[in-house]
Amino acid sequence: MATVRGADAGTSSRTLLSIRNVAKRFGKNVVLRDISLDVAEGEFLTILGESGSGKTTLLRIIAGFETASAGEVWMGEERLDRQPPYRRRVNTVFQHYALFPHLTVEQNVAYGLRVAKRPEAEIAFRVKEALDKVKMSAHAKSKPSKISGGQQQRIALARALVNRPRLLLLDEPLSALDANLRRQMQVELKSLQREVGISFIFVTHDQEEAMVMSDRIALLRSGELEQVATPREIYGRPATAYAAQFIGHTNLLKGEVRAGVVRCGVLTWPAALPDGPALFSLRPENIRLAAGTPAGTGSVRVRGKVRHQAFHGATELIRVECGDGLVLVARTPGSGGALDDVELEFSPTDAILVRESPERI
Amino acid sequence: MFSRAYKAAVTLPPLVWVTVFLLMPYLLMFCYSFWSVSASQTIEHSWNLANYGQLLRVNVYWQTLLRSMGIAARVTIFSLVLGYPLAYFLSFYAGEKKDLLYQLVIIPLWVSYLVRAYAWKTILGSDGVLNTLLQYVHLTKHPLEFLLYSPFAVVLTLTHIYTPFAFLPIYAALEHIPLNLVEASHDLGATPGQTFWKVIFPLSIPGVVAGATFAFVLSLGDFLAPLLLGGPSGIMISNIVVSLFGAAYNWPLGAAISFCMLLLVVGLLFFSERLEKKWSFS
Amino acid sequence: MEFLVSDAKLVSGSRWLFFHAVAVFAFLYLPIAILILYSFNGEGVGGFPPHHLTLDWYRTLFADGPIWDSVLNSLQVALAAMVIALTFGVPAALALERAQFPGKALFRRLVLLPLILPGIITGLSLLMLFNVTGTKLSLMTIVLGHGTALISVATTEVFAGLQKLDRAQEEASLDLGANYWQTFWRITVPNLKLPIIGAALLIFTLSMDEIAVSFFLIGRDNTLPLEIWGRLRRGITPEINAVSTIIFVFSLVAIVFWYRLRVRGEGAADVGTESVDVAEGDAA
Repeated sequence: MATVRGADAGTSSRTLLSIRNVAKRFGKNVVLRDISLDVAEGEFLTILGESGSGKTTLLRIIAGFETASAGEVWMGEERLDRQPPYRRRVNTVFQHYALFPHLTVEQNVAYGLRVAKRPEAEIAFRVKEALDKVKMSAHAKSKPSKISGGQQQRIALARALVNRPRLLLLDEPLSALDANLRRQMQVELKSLQREVGISFIFVTHDQEEAMVMSDRIALLRSGELEQVATPREIYGRPATAYAAQFIGHTNLLKGEVRAGVVRCGVLTWPAALPDGPALFSLRPENIRLAAGTPAGTGSVRVRGKVRHQAFHGATELIRVECGDGLVLVARTPGSGGALDDVELEFSPTDAILVRESPERI
Repeated sequence: MFSRAYKAAVTLPPLVWVTVFLLMPYLLMFCYSFWSVSASQTIEHSWNLANYGQLLRVNVYWQTLLRSMGIAARVTIFSLVLGYPLAYFLSFYAGEKKDLLYQLVIIPLWVSYLVRAYAWKTILGSDGVLNTLLQYVHLTKHPLEFLLYSPFAVVLTLTHIYTPFAFLPIYAALEHIPLNLVEASHDLGATPGQTFWKVIFPLSIPGVVAGATFAFVLSLGDFLAPLLLGGPSGIMISNIVVSLFGAAYNWPLGAAISFCMLLLVVGLLFFSERLEKKWSFS
Repeated sequence: MEFLVSDAKLVSGSRWLFFHAVAVFAFLYLPIAILILYSFNGEGVGGFPPHHLTLDWYRTLFADGPIWDSVLNSLQVALAAMVIALTFGVPAALALERAQFPGKALFRRLVLLPLILPGIITGLSLLMLFNVTGTKLSLMTIVLGHGTALISVATTEVFAGLQKLDRAQEEASLDLGANYWQTFWRITVPNLKLPIIGAALLIFTLSMDEIAVSFFLIGRDNTLPLEIWGRLRRGITPEINAVSTIIFVFSLVAIVFWYRLRVRGEGAADVGTESVDVAEGDAA
């Protein structure tokens, strides 16, 4: 089974963290199978996956709250997974913040420094700096129960960053926030990461969030890495059917290649591929309405009846029945009126060959 | 959501019963404490403060009360020393066995007090199991007298009885600490030891206060253990009350002491409740 | 030292905690174990090592009339006390959880008081009540004493169960046309089945065992604990060990049963701290 390795980290810098063939079982339940991934210095990597994909478990293994059943985790020259969590130069922002209720905001942020027995003056300075950075200085003396969710999240962030870890782990930190606050925090987190320059590993199930924030995305499905690439790459050249469907919308076309020609129901187009079955991903925005214009060289055209039109503001998504059971979803400008019989057109180069994503037990 | 008739139906019967059989008897006891007993062993309803005066003047009552509080304090400390690490162990280290071990702790809690006090009596006596065992293995030549009929025996037995009482609220408090707080503490560099003192213990204080209160109040008012195992040097305040209602026949005086105990207990409960609230953070 | 790895098992770094736990369990169980052992001892309740193991004491016990009379008395008292405690304790829990009325705080404290107040105070005050009203002491007065004192147990157990009850179910029932009485019997009570059974079991066990309140309210007929108590003053024989062993076994079964019932209703950690729930309930 091919292991997807996170080669070519987004910013061509050194590798900070190396996850090598990590697997995790809980009793009979296999949660992670053979994960190998390298994280670069200063990179914002997102581990993206549905619930049950194993993404949180992977994060917890890096943090030290779980031990891997197999494999190793290296940071620099040291085996990270041999160390207990309190000796790793890794800090975590927890999903529900995990702020200490009996300590003030200030004391929460100072916690790691106090434990490390730093001098008081240094602690005071660094805490103030951290609170300023997350814009929470006014609440220094409050208790966590008195501040809002969004504010707690910033404190959790400050508490982790003040220790200047080599790696910051974030476990779905924005999932409890409402949509607007979420978008705002996405931007802030991204610029914060650029500012402090340390590697962030961000876990989420929200593919839009992943695309907005990440240098690279590691897509996880049922305990295995489906694809690891930059957002543009994963979107434009998905490796598998799952990757194509999970991120953005797509049309999956099952076709048969014979003598350099793909046949997919009523569609045909040339493709330099070996004979046999093939699966293609075609994004809705790459399908246009061929409104009476002459066919461009090589473009594929098909007629169909519009079954459903969904207005999305700037664009519309239309479902078109093209005969022989073929249904295509196309993205058209929102300014068009109600559509009935249409002719669709796309370029063969936009049909990306993807691998199957078989069910995993 | 519930109609007034419904609320009245569920509230009135228990309210009436509790008023008749709890509130009024306590008030009655309060009244008794102001009466006195005549030479011919009848109770005279002559209202005065003589009984309370006696309590203040006569030494034996003061001394016994202080001794009782001393015993209760020792029992409380030992129960906490035994109970807290046990609760901590069960909560954080016992893993799958946690449930079974928990049952093992609460079983003695509900198994007959008399049976357990009696067990100690047979163990600590001069012909008891412990003394004969020690002589059998030649550790001692004569029976150790202080083992039975002494404050030692009372403290030992009461600690045995009330350690599970102290354990329960501590365990509940520890179980309610969200696990991610412990993980966060480790994540920030604190060892398990540091995590305990900085995070776990402060958050468990309400449980400790509750456990200490149970142990203290229940041992203070105990009469069975001192009666079985205390001997003359181990008499506690409740024994005096019992004898005043028995052979020493002075109900009003007994009522006065009981009422003082009632006030003491209620006062302690208020105090501990406030302390718990102060240390509660969730 | 390892600590709290999620796939937790007994880890070696916690050695001293482990030994402490073993020591405490030994402290809690050894005396009972010794007591059981010596119920088979031919020579008496003390003396080490035990010689001459025999079932004689059990034979004596089974032939002992007064003991069995007292057992019968205790059973009657326990059943009657159970009825009283539940009859008033269940509504009390409902009242505390649902109704607001003047004096509610006092009521709550009063109901909970017998749990922590030394039993003799409750027993004595009832004695004074019976004295003033000219009521003769008998098994009946003991029933009233136990029933009253154990209302607190019924209330706390049921209260904990009520908090887990989804109020939306009762609202749905009312919405569908059932009145309060019907809703109470069709929805509320069935959902409280487990806590009520658990409470009944606990009340029964505690009543069988009760001494402090019974001590003052006793008439001519003894309950089992008081019968044993009387024997103790006359002289100790292993027959008492034998009856104690039997009491222990029954209590053990009852308590394990009660625990299982409660755990089915809610999480294990909450079992045993119901009084705290009721005490805090007012804040909700």
